Amino acid sequence: MTTTVERAAAPGQAEPERRRRRPKRSPLTRREDRAGWMFIGPWVLGFLIFTAGPMIASLVLSFTDYQMIQAPRAVGLDNYRELFDDPRVLKSLSNTFVYAAMFVPLGTIFALVLALMLQRVGRAGGFFRTAFYLPEMTPAVAAGAMFLLLLNGQQGLVNKVLGWVGINGPNWTADPNWLKPSLAIVSLWTLGGTVVIYLAALNGVPRQLYEAAELDGAGPVTRFFRITVPMISGALFFTVITNTIASMQMFDQAYTMFYGPQQKAAASEESLVYMVYLFQNAFQFFKMGFASAMAWLLFVIILTITFLQVRIGNRYVYYHGER
Amino acid sequence: MKHLRLPVVLAAGALALTACAGVGNKDAGGGSSGQDSAESTPSGTLSVMGFSGEDEVAQSRIAAFKAAYPGVTVKNNKGDFDAQQFLTAVSSGNAPDVVYMARNLIGTYAAKGAIVPLDDCIATGGIDTTQYRDAAMNEVKLKDKTYGIPEFYTVSANLISGKALTSAGVAVSDIQTADWDKLEATAKKLYVAKNGRPARIGYDPKVSDLFPLWAMANGAELVKPGGEPNLNDPKAVEALEFTIKLINDQGGWSNFKTFRDTFDLFGAKNQFTKDQLAAFPIENWYVNVLLDSRSSGLQLQSTPFTDRQGQPISTIGGSAWVVPKGAKNANAACQWAKTMTSLETWHKAAEARMQTVTKDKSFFTGLFTGNKKADEEIKAKYLKPTGDAGFDQAINNYYDVLDKAKSINPSAAGAEIDAAWKAAVGKALAGSATPKAALDQAQSEAKAAFDKAPQG
Repeated sequence: MTTTVERAAAPGQAEPERRRRRPKRSPLTRREDRAGWMFIGPWVLGFLIFTAGPMIASLVLSFTDYQMIQAPRAVGLDNYRELFDDPRVLKSLSNTFVYAAMFVPLGTIFALVLALMLQRVGRAGGFFRTAFYLPEMTPAVAAGAMFLLLLNGQQGLVNKVLGWVGINGPNWTADPNWLKPSLAIVSLWTLGGTVVIYLAALNGVPRQLYEAAELDGAGPVTRFFRITVPMISGALFFTVITNTIASMQMFDQAYTMFYGPQQKAAASEESLVYMVYLFQNAFQFFKMGFASAMAWLLFVIILTITFLQVRIGNRYVYYHGER
Repeated sequence: MKHLRLPVVLAAGALALTACAGVGNKDAGGGSSGQDSAESTPSGTLSVMGFSGEDEVAQSRIAAFKAAYPGVTVKNNKGDFDAQQFLTAVSSGNAPDVVYMARNLIGTYAAKGAIVPLDDCIATGGIDTTQYRDAAMNEVKLKDKTYGIPEFYTVSANLISGKALTSAGVAVSDIQTADWDKLEATAKKLYVAKNGRPARIGYDPKVSDLFPLWAMANGAELVKPGGEPNLNDPKAVEALEFTIKLINDQGGWSNFKTFRDTFDLFGAKNQFTKDQLAAFPIENWYVNVLLDSRSSGLQLQSTPFTDRQGQPISTIGGSAWVVPKGAKNANAACQWAKTMTSLETWHKAAEARMQTVTKDKSFFTGLFTGNKKADEEIKAKYLKPTGDAGFDQAINNYYDVLDKAKSINPSAAGAEIDAAWKAAVGKALAGSATPKAALDQAQSEAKAAFDKAPQG
């Protein structure tokens, strides 16, 4: 309002000195600013060198025929056109979507159940938290090899356990129809991070809300869906987004189980996920330009999915600090 | 919620693209190529990549090189060949001096310019390439240029469990690949099922990795001499149809593979001693593995893998020493390749192997070097009757096929051709396409890759 009045009072004149001058910052504020930049400096530097740099390089390379040995040769949009001509791009993308559609809901439910159980453990909680997180530290190659044994349809432990309850388990790692579900199961192994996030969120739900609901006669199921879920919806939302991104980029398990150097035999196309095909193009077929285009296609897809998730999730997520 | 968007976008971007971070192009031409090598006594550091070099055969040969060239410091980056590691090293100007890679990769790497021709190294270094087996030399050539010095030579033959044959009343001679109808009948006879699942496989054609062998046995040439793919040759289609039929007779692919995955191939109690498998074609190195399972009751038998006319036949495998573009000590690399594959060095390796054999109270199962003279001399000097007729027969079958084995022709699109047939076999085995449709698609993809590939 003040500015409007001043402009109206003196049209065409130089802006008053008072407005142009920035508010004077105290030495303490300046010191704090410097300290802040120093703290985030290493991350910013790391981001620019190891993330933003390669991102820009890969964008440039996606418009070239780059075979890693010779200099890149500009090919315009050829690589992007090839994305639509290559049937394996679509196949690997659809495999990845199916896998993500199985893993994200399954992973969310599984991690939430584990977190709820952990919350009730009491003194031994620290031990179990560590135990659940340890698989995150296990090399994916070791986990993949282990699950090949566990999921063997004939002698694997999983089918043996299913057999105890009268279920004749499938050939998880050989039947093309079960390859993606088996990958989703293997991925559950590394849900420790999600469990820890959920546990922290569960511990942050005020006790009095449960007490009040209990006084009003709400049962455990009602309390879970009316109090717990809304109160941890921020954490749920965050992990759904990050797990969706991670599942769209799934590589380690599929590569170890079906495509790695130890797997010399032909693998079923049903296990060909997008990142494995991207890797094959980059380092097996020397098509780094095409692989870069594949990476950018995935980036756009993930961006779109994330945007939709944010738009939809925004309506349902509750944040403690917001009004 | 708005504050969440930027981090999410950044996270998505970072996660999506770091996997495909393009490495900066640098013309890695700083070092000398193979062209000027072998002109003087090598010195300096020799950086080796892709060579695990753990056993006595490897160690004795490394020692032979070090003794011959004390002025060279060998820096062996142990571990099997890793394409990603190699390509990033070459493209960033940090190429190793000499690389150990499978011979079937050479066509692709040569065509892309990742490895340099060794013709000058061969000429000035005095490497007699006639000492190597012709099929091995064929694998390291592209367009009349030689890109590698070959070593080792794997060939296939049928290995059989005598115990399984006895229990089914099948003769050893019935395990043959000339008469496919008869082979199918034999496999059915040897196959045992329990609760609808395989309990013993009669004959495992191993088509998911040995499809080229079956195609060759039926008269198909999957890659033409110029490197052009020929994956949907009617003879190749017929071979794939037959092997899939063989698998379907024995429980179908899903059950078959699931059961096969339970084999402890390298254990003393393996698929033969546990009566899980009656017979399969496999490479020569496996006989050495089987030595440990004699104490577990192994009764080994063997027959040659033959073509439809009954002649022993085999595809070959093996490795080669190559010099990458940008190698800084190509002179030492050339002498390394020469020394590691020479007749004298192979003799030292055989001596070292015999010492191990004596120490383990075992027996010698052959050394298949890729060097023809070395194979003959080592066989004459060290190979004695083992006292186990089955092992003797197996070893002889492998030796007998050495001169008849053929290589798959090298191609500038070798990697794509390999991936295409593997995808086709996978699809046909899974039943998602007929063998013909799968191989037609593979041919179309491989041909497109071949047409696009630089021809070296």
